[in-house]
Amino acid sequence: MACIEARGLRKAFGTTIALDGINLRVEEGRILGLIGPNGAGKTTALNAILGLTPYQGELEVLGRDPWTEREELMRDVCFIADVAVLPRWIRVSQALDYVAGVHPRFDRAKAEGFLTKTTISRASRVRELSKGTVTQLHLALVMAIDAKLLVLDEPTLGLDILYRKQFYDSLLNDYFDRSRTIVVTTHQVEEVQHVLTDVMFINHGRIVFDCSMEELESRYLEVTAHPERIAAARALKPMHERQVFGRNILLFDAVDRQQLAALGDVRTPSIADLFVAVMGVQAGQAQGAAR
Amino acid sequence: MNTQSNAIPESPLESQVIAPPAVISATRRMYWSVRRELWESRSIYIAPLAVAALFLFGFLIRTIHLPDKMRAALALNPVQQHEFIEQPYNFAALLIMGTTFIVAVFYCLDALHGERRDRSILFWKSLPVSDRTVVLSKASIPLLVLPLLTFAVTVATQLIMLLLSTAVLLGSGLSVATLWTQLPLFPMSLMLLYHLVAIHALWYAPIYGWLMLVSGWARRAAFLWAALPLLTIGVVEKIAFNTSHFGAMLEYRLSGGPEGAAFTAGSMSMDPLTQLNPGHFLISPGMWIGLAVAAAFLAAAVRLRRYQGPI
Repeated sequence: MACIEARGLRKAFGTTIALDGINLRVEEGRILGLIGPNGAGKTTALNAILGLTPYQGELEVLGRDPWTEREELMRDVCFIADVAVLPRWIRVSQALDYVAGVHPRFDRAKAEGFLTKTTISRASRVRELSKGTVTQLHLALVMAIDAKLLVLDEPTLGLDILYRKQFYDSLLNDYFDRSRTIVVTTHQVEEVQHVLTDVMFINHGRIVFDCSMEELESRYLEVTAHPERIAAARALKPMHERQVFGRNILLFDAVDRQQLAALGDVRTPSIADLFVAVMGVQAGQAQGAAR
Repeated sequence: MNTQSNAIPESPLESQVIAPPAVISATRRMYWSVRRELWESRSIYIAPLAVAALFLFGFLIRTIHLPDKMRAALALNPVQQHEFIEQPYNFAALLIMGTTFIVAVFYCLDALHGERRDRSILFWKSLPVSDRTVVLSKASIPLLVLPLLTFAVTVATQLIMLLLSTAVLLGSGLSVATLWTQLPLFPMSLMLLYHLVAIHALWYAPIYGWLMLVSGWARRAAFLWAALPLLTIGVVEKIAFNTSHFGAMLEYRLSGGPEGAAFTAGSMSMDPLTQLNPGHFLISPGMWIGLAVAAAFLAAAVRLRRYQGPI
């Protein structure tokens, strides 16, 4: 059974189309990065998955309809919307008491264990904590819940690099196992690249790219071309070309590695570079269609 | 099943095993939701306690003159004696009731607005607590928690007043017989409880329901949104039909309806229990219509919360 399955998922706010018929399938045990520019529909897609917004089309999360069965779904799904949603008045001990009081899958001892690794005191109120420590607290609460799906929407927004790294490290080391599924959206693409098993690009309410990391590594290659080989490289129809320090870097889809090695230095592109390339192709197609 | 040594990704069947079905009863979720409200809005209990403490402080200063006044009161007839002795006790009850009503109004206006304003609604919604449980737990504060709290604080205040007076009178060598015989503390408490349940909980329920609905709907200035439509309806009615039924209806509701008249006119004197007519109140259409309206407002607030995100 797929963890998340959507067919023709649509959502419009007035005349603005936020989701334009999305089809997606996320299998259990994957870590999916949902990446897209601002206003692409990432948060709307997550809100639909979490049952926070009504939608058109078919959507099943863990075999349930998120809009009509939200309460039941929330026993198996956790989410961190962004860093600023813990109520400022709550004390750390009260947050633990409350979650333990209402959540059947919350392991209080586990949460306390995570908190002892931090400097957070039980008596502090959230308003007294720094942004980074609030995230640590939220993560400690969420990681102590034995959920099947964890959704993170810009979880590290506004945090410094140490906390961001710590966040993903503890997520991978202390939380993730192959029975759980994680969906994450972020703008800090480089930091999640090594974490993800799958990546999706979303733009203008559509999924424009959907690929597992293994596939990405075998299929896409980036070549820093020797100056005299640029013409030969261009003949192989790169998806995208950019210049860095006067060298031309070309990105290829499904071109033989041996063939490319003759043209220059070959490496696997970063998600960020691939994203720029895919968005460029998209823009080109849109322009072509307009003409 | 040795999942530890098994490096192969677990099958769906095994992953179901790691999540044992744990159940948390609806009552327990409700209990924690109400506690959550008390953590957040500490004014619910701080305000009546502070007012009671202030009142007791004032009363303590006043007891300096109590022996003289008591001597003078002994010359009065029993009815006047009764009124003289009972008066500060009724005043304490009114003061604390007034305070908790104001607390209830402001609590309701913020109940579903605050969580959207500070974005914490996204945290609350990430937990398996339904919108209905949340709205009902919030509604239980003005409908249940505050009336009972008012009762407890008032009775405690009145007992302390009685003990203070007794100590002062005994200290000055006066008899406490008049004080104790003329102060019907038990009937007074009973009447207070009836008043709180009948008026503050049942009769005022549609007021709280309306305020909570507005607080769940308004993006800002919930107080204005709560008051202006009512004012507009009244003004439009006046201009269009030159009548003021709507205003009269609101006034009737705020003044406490059929029971309210008994309390204000009689101001809880002499034999308060004989003035009450619980049977009449319980079958009055005003109360039942009010409760139905309150239920409709709360149902709308539940529905609204499903669609609402942070503002």
